[in-house]
Amino acid sequence: MNILAGRLRRMAALLGLFTLLLARPQPLWAQWNDPYPQRDSGRNILYAAFTERPKRLDPAQAYSSDEYTIISQIYEPPFEYQYLLRPYTLVPLTARAIPKPVYLDSKGRRLPADAPADRIAYSVYTIHIRHGILYQPSPCFARNASGQYLYQSLTAAQLRGIRTLSGFRHTGTRELVAADYVYEIKRLASPWVQSPLFSVLRHYIVGFKRFARTVGHLRATLPRVDGRPPYIDLAQVPMVGVKVLGRYTYSIEVRGKYPQFLYWMAMPFFAPMPPEAAHFFSQPGMARRDLTLDWYAVGTGPYMLTVNNPAREMVLQRNPNYHPDFYPRRGDSSDVKDGLLKDAGMRLPFINRVVFIRERETIPYWDKFMQGYYDESGVSAESFNQVVQYSPGGQAQLTPAMRARGIRLVTSTAPSIMYYGFNMLDPVVGGYSRRSRLLRRAISIAINTRQYILIFRNGRGIPAQSPLPPGIFGYQPGCAGRDPYVYDCVDGRIRRKPIAVARRLLAEAGYPDGRDQRTGKPLLLYYDTPETGPEAKANMDWMRKQFRKLNIQLVIRSTDYNRFQQKMRQGEEQIFSWGWNADYPDPEDFLMLLYGPNSEVKFNGENSANYNDPEFNRLFNEMRNMNNGPARAAIIRRMVSLVQRDAPWVWGYYPVSYLLRQAWVHNVKPNYMATNNLKYLRLDPALRARDRKAWNRPVVWPLWVIAALLVAVMLPAVLVYRQKERKSPL
Amino acid sequence: MIRYIIRRLLYAIPILVGVNVLTFALFFFVNTPNDMARFHLGIKRVTPQAITEWKIEHGYNDPLFYNARAPGIDKLTRTIFFQHSVKLLVFDFGQSDSGRDIGYDIRQRMWPSLAIQVPTFVVGLAVYISVALMTVFFRGTYLDLGGVILAVVMMSISMLFYVIGGQYLFSKVLRLVPISGYDTGLSAFKFVVLPVVLGIVSGIGASMRLYRTFFLEEAPRDYVRTARAKGLSEIRVLFRHVLKNAMIPILTGVVVVIPTLFIGGLIMESFFGIPGLGAYTIDAVRSQDFGIVHAMVYLGAVLYIVGLIMTDLAYTLVDPRVRLE
Amino acid sequence: MAFKFVLLPTDALLYLLVVVAVIYGMYAARHEHLRAPWRQVRRNPVAMAALVVLAAYVATGLLDSIHFRMRLDVPGAGHHQAIYAPQVRSVLDVLCGPLRKHVERTYSAPFALRSFTPQMVRLPGGQRVLEYPRLQYGGAGIRTSTDRARDIALRCLRATGETLALWVALVCAVVWWRVRHPGEFMRTAFVRLARGATDTPWRTILVTLAVVILLVAAIVNLGGEYHILGTDQVGQDVLYEAIKSIRTGLVIGTLSTLVMLPFAVAMGVMAGYFGGWVDDLIQYLYTTLNSIPSVLLIIAVILSLQLYMANHAASIDNIAQRQDIRLLALCVVLGVTSWTGLCRLLRGEAMKLRNMDYIQAATALGVRSRSIMTRHILPNVMHIVLISVVLDFSGLVLAEAILSYIGVGVDPSMNSWGNMINGARLELARDPVVWWSLAAAFLFMVTLVLAANLFADAVRDAFDPRLRTS
Repeated sequence: MNILAGRLRRMAALLGLFTLLLARPQPLWAQWNDPYPQRDSGRNILYAAFTERPKRLDPAQAYSSDEYTIISQIYEPPFEYQYLLRPYTLVPLTARAIPKPVYLDSKGRRLPADAPADRIAYSVYTIHIRHGILYQPSPCFARNASGQYLYQSLTAAQLRGIRTLSGFRHTGTRELVAADYVYEIKRLASPWVQSPLFSVLRHYIVGFKRFARTVGHLRATLPRVDGRPPYIDLAQVPMVGVKVLGRYTYSIEVRGKYPQFLYWMAMPFFAPMPPEAAHFFSQPGMARRDLTLDWYAVGTGPYMLTVNNPAREMVLQRNPNYHPDFYPRRGDSSDVKDGLLKDAGMRLPFINRVVFIRERETIPYWDKFMQGYYDESGVSAESFNQVVQYSPGGQAQLTPAMRARGIRLVTSTAPSIMYYGFNMLDPVVGGYSRRSRLLRRAISIAINTRQYILIFRNGRGIPAQSPLPPGIFGYQPGCAGRDPYVYDCVDGRIRRKPIAVARRLLAEAGYPDGRDQRTGKPLLLYYDTPETGPEAKANMDWMRKQFRKLNIQLVIRSTDYNRFQQKMRQGEEQIFSWGWNADYPDPEDFLMLLYGPNSEVKFNGENSANYNDPEFNRLFNEMRNMNNGPARAAIIRRMVSLVQRDAPWVWGYYPVSYLLRQAWVHNVKPNYMATNNLKYLRLDPALRARDRKAWNRPVVWPLWVIAALLVAVMLPAVLVYRQKERKSPL
Repeated sequence: MIRYIIRRLLYAIPILVGVNVLTFALFFFVNTPNDMARFHLGIKRVTPQAITEWKIEHGYNDPLFYNARAPGIDKLTRTIFFQHSVKLLVFDFGQSDSGRDIGYDIRQRMWPSLAIQVPTFVVGLAVYISVALMTVFFRGTYLDLGGVILAVVMMSISMLFYVIGGQYLFSKVLRLVPISGYDTGLSAFKFVVLPVVLGIVSGIGASMRLYRTFFLEEAPRDYVRTARAKGLSEIRVLFRHVLKNAMIPILTGVVVVIPTLFIGGLIMESFFGIPGLGAYTIDAVRSQDFGIVHAMVYLGAVLYIVGLIMTDLAYTLVDPRVRLE
Repeated sequence: MAFKFVLLPTDALLYLLVVVAVIYGMYAARHEHLRAPWRQVRRNPVAMAALVVLAAYVATGLLDSIHFRMRLDVPGAGHHQAIYAPQVRSVLDVLCGPLRKHVERTYSAPFALRSFTPQMVRLPGGQRVLEYPRLQYGGAGIRTSTDRARDIALRCLRATGETLALWVALVCAVVWWRVRHPGEFMRTAFVRLARGATDTPWRTILVTLAVVILLVAAIVNLGGEYHILGTDQVGQDVLYEAIKSIRTGLVIGTLSTLVMLPFAVAMGVMAGYFGGWVDDLIQYLYTTLNSIPSVLLIIAVILSLQLYMANHAASIDNIAQRQDIRLLALCVVLGVTSWTGLCRLLRGEAMKLRNMDYIQAATALGVRSRSIMTRHILPNVMHIVLISVVLDFSGLVLAEAILSYIGVGVDPSMNSWGNMINGARLELARDPVVWWSLAAAFLFMVTLVLAANLFADAVRDAFDPRLRTS
C-alpha cells in the first residue's frame, strides 16, 4: 500500500467523523452562531452594545451619551425625568419632593415667589432626600468586625495581585446621606477634576469660584506624597452656597433667578459621591492598576458595574441593595394602548443583568440583531428598506417580514438639531451686510435638506425652520413656524423656494451665476467637516452638488476631529456642519447657541457661528429666567425671526429616530432626557430563546459542496499519482 | 553562540533608539499635546485652564526634545521624549492617556491576537507547503498548470474581498459561525475558525507560488537525482530531501512574516470584532493615544529584531554549513 | 486659449516615467544583453496578452493625467485677464462626458430604468404612494423592459459591428507590416497568423485586442444611455468611478517604487561597493525603518500631511490638487516602507560585483569610485531594479485598498478602488443587496492585478529566473 492512499483513507475516516458531528441531532452548540456562552441562554439578561469605550465614568466628568448609558443606571441624582409623560417632567428620585426655590434680594431678604426677576439676587433650593437608601456593595465601605475600614489605608502588600475591583474580597455598604451630594458638588468645583460643567456652574452657585481657588491653592501648596498631589478632603473645606443642613437635607444657593437649575440637578453631575469612594480610589497604586472612578462606579442606582473590559464587554449587574422604586402609574394617553402601563406600580428593575458588547461597526450589530442576539436596534440607512415601508397615508410601518418576527417599531423626534453654520466672522459668508445676508439665504435655499434626509436618512428627519426642535417650548409646527426666507407655504404645506429664487438672491448679492461681479472670478467657498474616511465621501459629493446648483465651487476641508475643533475655536472655518443635543428640555439650551456672549471664538462658548446681534442678546437675557408662558413664547418668536432674517445657520434637520425592539422586550419608550431607562425595561427570555433557535438554523449543505469539490480535485490527483508511480522514476 | 546572541542584542539597542526617535517625531508632528488634551477632555465646554491641568497631570507640559529652561543635563532629560522613551527601553509602557496600564492591556489583548495569528500561521504554513509540494509532484501535468493559474488568480484578489465575501457568506447567509465577537478558552473556537480559514485562503495564492519555486529549484539537484536513482518513492524524495533543503528560503520568508502578524491582525480583528492588539492599535490611532501607539511600535520593532536573531539561529539548525561568526 | 494646462505633481512624475521608459526602450534596443530577455518576453503569449490589457489600463491612466481648466466666458467687458474654471478636468473626463454628467438621485441597478430605492410621491389627490421613480438619464426614452432588451441588443450589435470593422483593419495592418515575410503572399501570412506560427504571438495579441476593443465599443454605445454598472448612493455612475480609479491604481503601483528608487539605488550600491562604515550606516537606516510596522508609519505620515494641508489650506484651493498631494504622499510613504527590500538586494549584488575582475582592474587603474559605480555597477544591477518595479506593482495596488479601509489611503473624495470597496461594505448590508460597486471594483482591480502578475512573471523569468521575491 502506498503512503498517499493510506493518507486518503485516514482523511476519509476523519471526514466521516466530521459528518457524525454535523449530523448529530443536538449539535455541539444549540445555535452555531451564538456569540454568547451557552450557560447564559434563557437568562434574564439584556444585550446591548457600545462602539467606543466610554472614556469617563466619573459623574463629575462624564458628559456624552455613551457615558450616560452606563453611569445613569448607577448614579442617582436627586431628580429624574418621568419615564412616560411628555412634555418632559421632573419627578423626585432620591429626593422626597421637587424643591420650590426661596428667592432672596441682594440683602438676603426673602421675596415672594412671584417677585420680578430683576429683584431676585439669590434663589435657595433646599433638598430633602429619602431615608434608608443604601449604596451598592463596594470594597470602599468594607469594614472589619471592629468597625475599621479594611481598604482605606491600603499597603502595597494588600494590593499585590489585584487588577480589578473584584480582587478585593470584602464589601460593605452605607446609607446615603445629604453630605454625599454636597461632596460631589465640591468635586465639580475642584479644578483637577476638570468637570465640563465648571464653566457653567461658576456663574451660578454662590461660593463656587472661591471654593475652586481655595482647594486649588491647597493642592498646590500642601506637600506632595510620593510625587503625587496630596489628597484633599473636600468635606473639610466649606463652600458658602452649598450647605449640609442635616443628615438628609442640603441646600444650594444660586445667583439670580435660574429655573433651569433644577434640570442640571437631574443630570449625573449632581449625583452623590461617597467620600469613602473618592478616597479609596485616590490611594497610591490604585490608578496604576486601572482602579479609578473612570473605570468603576459606586452609586445607589438599580445596577452596578461588575465587569469593565473596554476591549470586549461591560456588565451591569442588579444592585442587591437597591431602594424601593416603582414603575410609573401615570403616562400619556397613548401609553395604555401601547401596553406601557401594564407594569405600573411594579418594583424596579426588571432585568437582572445588562451586558454591553463592544461592537465597532453597525453592520455586525445589525446582523446580530436580526439573529436575535441583540434586543434593541436603531435602523441604519442600509437596512432601512428592509425594515420600514410607508402606508398609503405616509405612515412609517414595519415590513411584513419584520412584523412576522414580532419586531416592533418605535419612532420619536429627538430634541436635537443638525445644522450647517456660517462663520459670521468670515469676510465672505459672515457679517451683517445685505450682501452677505442674501448670499447666506441663497445658500440656505440651495441646500436641499429634505433631499438630504431622503437620501442619507431615508426620510427620518424634519427639515428645520429654526434652532428650536419639536418638543421644546417655543417650537412652532406647520406654516406658521416656517422660515419665510427659505420656505413658501403652499396649500398649508411648507415648501422650499425654487432654486431660481436662490439664483436671483445670489445675483442680488453680487455674484451673478456664481461669479463675483467685481472681479469676474468664480465664487469659491469652503466647507469644514470633521468627517473623514470613505463613508463621508457620498456626503461630500452631495454637498458639492448642492452648491453646484448655484454654480458655486465648494472646497471641502475635512480634517480629523481635533483639528476641526481647533479651527472652530480660532474662527478659521467658513461653512461647517454641526449638531446639538439638548442638555435639558428648555429653549434656553438651544437659543444660547446663537447668543453673542457665548461666541466660540471670542468667549470659548458654544455659539460656533459666532452670531452676535444686540437685539437677540437682549431678548435672550430677558427670556432665560422666565417661566414658560405666552410672554416667553412671544419673546422666543421674536428671537427666532431675528435669526431667520440673518440666516447664520442653514437650518438642517431635526433627526427622527426609529428604534426597533424585539418581541421579547417590553416597556420601551424613547426618553431623551431620562438616560436611566434600563430599569424600566422588561424581558421575556423564554420567548427569546425560542426565537433565536428558530432564526439561527445553520445551513450546512454548502460545506458538503466544498468537501465534494475538494474530493473532485483530489480524485484526478490520485489517478495521476497512480499513473506516475507505475512508470519508473525519471 | 551566546556571544553572538549578545552581540546581536547590543546591536539592537541603537535600532530601538532610532525607532523611538522616528515614531516620536512623527507622532508629535501631527499631534501637539494641546490637541491631545482637548481630545481627551471631551466635546463640550473645555477651558484653557483645564487643558493646562491635563497636560501637567499626564506629563505633557515639558518641551518635546530640548528643555532650554532646565539646568544642565536636565535640558535633555526633562522632556517628553526622554521621559517616555527611557521607560520604554525597559518595557515599562506606563499608562495610556485614558489612564489604563498599557502593559496590562497588551498582556490581556495578546491572547485573542495570538488565537487568530498562530493557527493562521501554523496551519497556513502546513497547507501552503503541502499544496506547493503537490504541484511540484504533479509538475508538467494539467494539475500543476491549473494549480499555478489558480494561484495567480487568487493572489490577484484583494484580501478585503475574501474577508468581506467570507463573512457575508458564512456568518450572515449560512449562519455557521457568529458574526463577530470573542470568548475565552475553548469557546473561542467558533469565533476564530472563520478568520483563520479566510486568512489562510487569502494567502494561499502568493505563498504556494513562492514555495513552489523554492521546491522547483531543489528538484533538479544532484542529490535528488541520486535519491531517486536509489529507488526512493517520489513522495519520500520530496518530503525527505527537497522539503528539507527548501526549508532555508522558506524560513527567511517565515521570519519576515512574524512582525506582520501584528499588522495582518488589523484587518481581521476589526472585521470580526476580535479584542486583540490589532484592534487596540486602531483604537489608539483613532483616539490619538500616543502612549499606546508608541508602545506598539516599540513592541513591533523588538519582535522584528527577535525574529531576525531567531532566523540566524534557525539557519544553523537546518543547514549545518552556516556558521555563526 | 480656451483652456489652461494644469500639471499636477503626479502627472509630472507619470510623464517622467513615460520618458524614462522610452529612453530605456531605446537603450535596450541597442544592447544585445538587454534585447535578448525582452525578446523572450515578446515570445511569451501570456505575457503579451497581459501587456495588451496593461496597455489599455495605461492608456486610460495617461488620458486621465492630462489635466486642464476650461476658460470661462467673462460676463461684461473690461476684463482683460482670462479667467479659468476652478474645476480641473482631464481628457478622460471629456471623453467620458456622458458617464460623468449623468448623475441620478441615488442608487440604481445596472441597466435599470428606475431608481433602486423607493420614494414617497404625493398624488394630486393628496394621497401618498411609494414608488420607484424613473431615472433621469438611465434608459431615457425607453419605456418597458422589452424595449430595453431590444435597445440593448441593437446597441451591442452595433458595438460588435464597429469592433469587427476596426479589428479586421487592424489584423490586415499587422499582417502586412509585421507578419508577412518579404515576398510572402498575404494569404500564407494569414494562415501562419491563424495557426499561431508567428515569432511574436500575434494571434493572442489580436484576440486580446479584439476583446478590449469590444469592451470599449460596448461602453461607448451603451454608457451614454444606461448605467452599465449602476449608480452609487449619490447617483454617480459606478462605471465612471471605476474607470477614474484606474489612474489612482496605476499611480500608486508605479510611482511608489519610483519615488524612492534613486534613493534606494544610491544607498544599495554605495553600501555594497564601499562597505565599512557606509555599509553600517545604511544598514542601520534600513533596519530601523524596516522594524517599524509599516502601517503605523503610513498612518503617522498621512495624518501629518492632513495637518499640513489644514494649515496651508489657503494655498491649496483645488480639490484635484489636494487629492494629488495626498496621493503623492501616499506613494512616498509606500515607497519608504518598501525601498528597504530593494536596497538590500542591490547591496548584495554590488558586493558581488565589487569583487569581479574587471572592477578590481578598474580600481587598480585609479578610476574614480563614482564613475565605477555609475559606469560598471549600475548598469549591471538595473535588471534587479526593473524586476522589483514590475513585481511590486500588483502588491501596491492591493495595498491601496487595505490602507483605504484603515482610513489612511488616498483622499476619501478621490476615486479609487479602495474607497469603492469600503463604501460597498456598507452596501452589502442592504437588503436587497447593492452589489454593483463591489463587483465593479473587483472586476477592474482583478483584471489589472492579474495582468500585472502575469506580465511580471514573464519579465522575471526572462531576466533572472533565479531571483526570488522576498
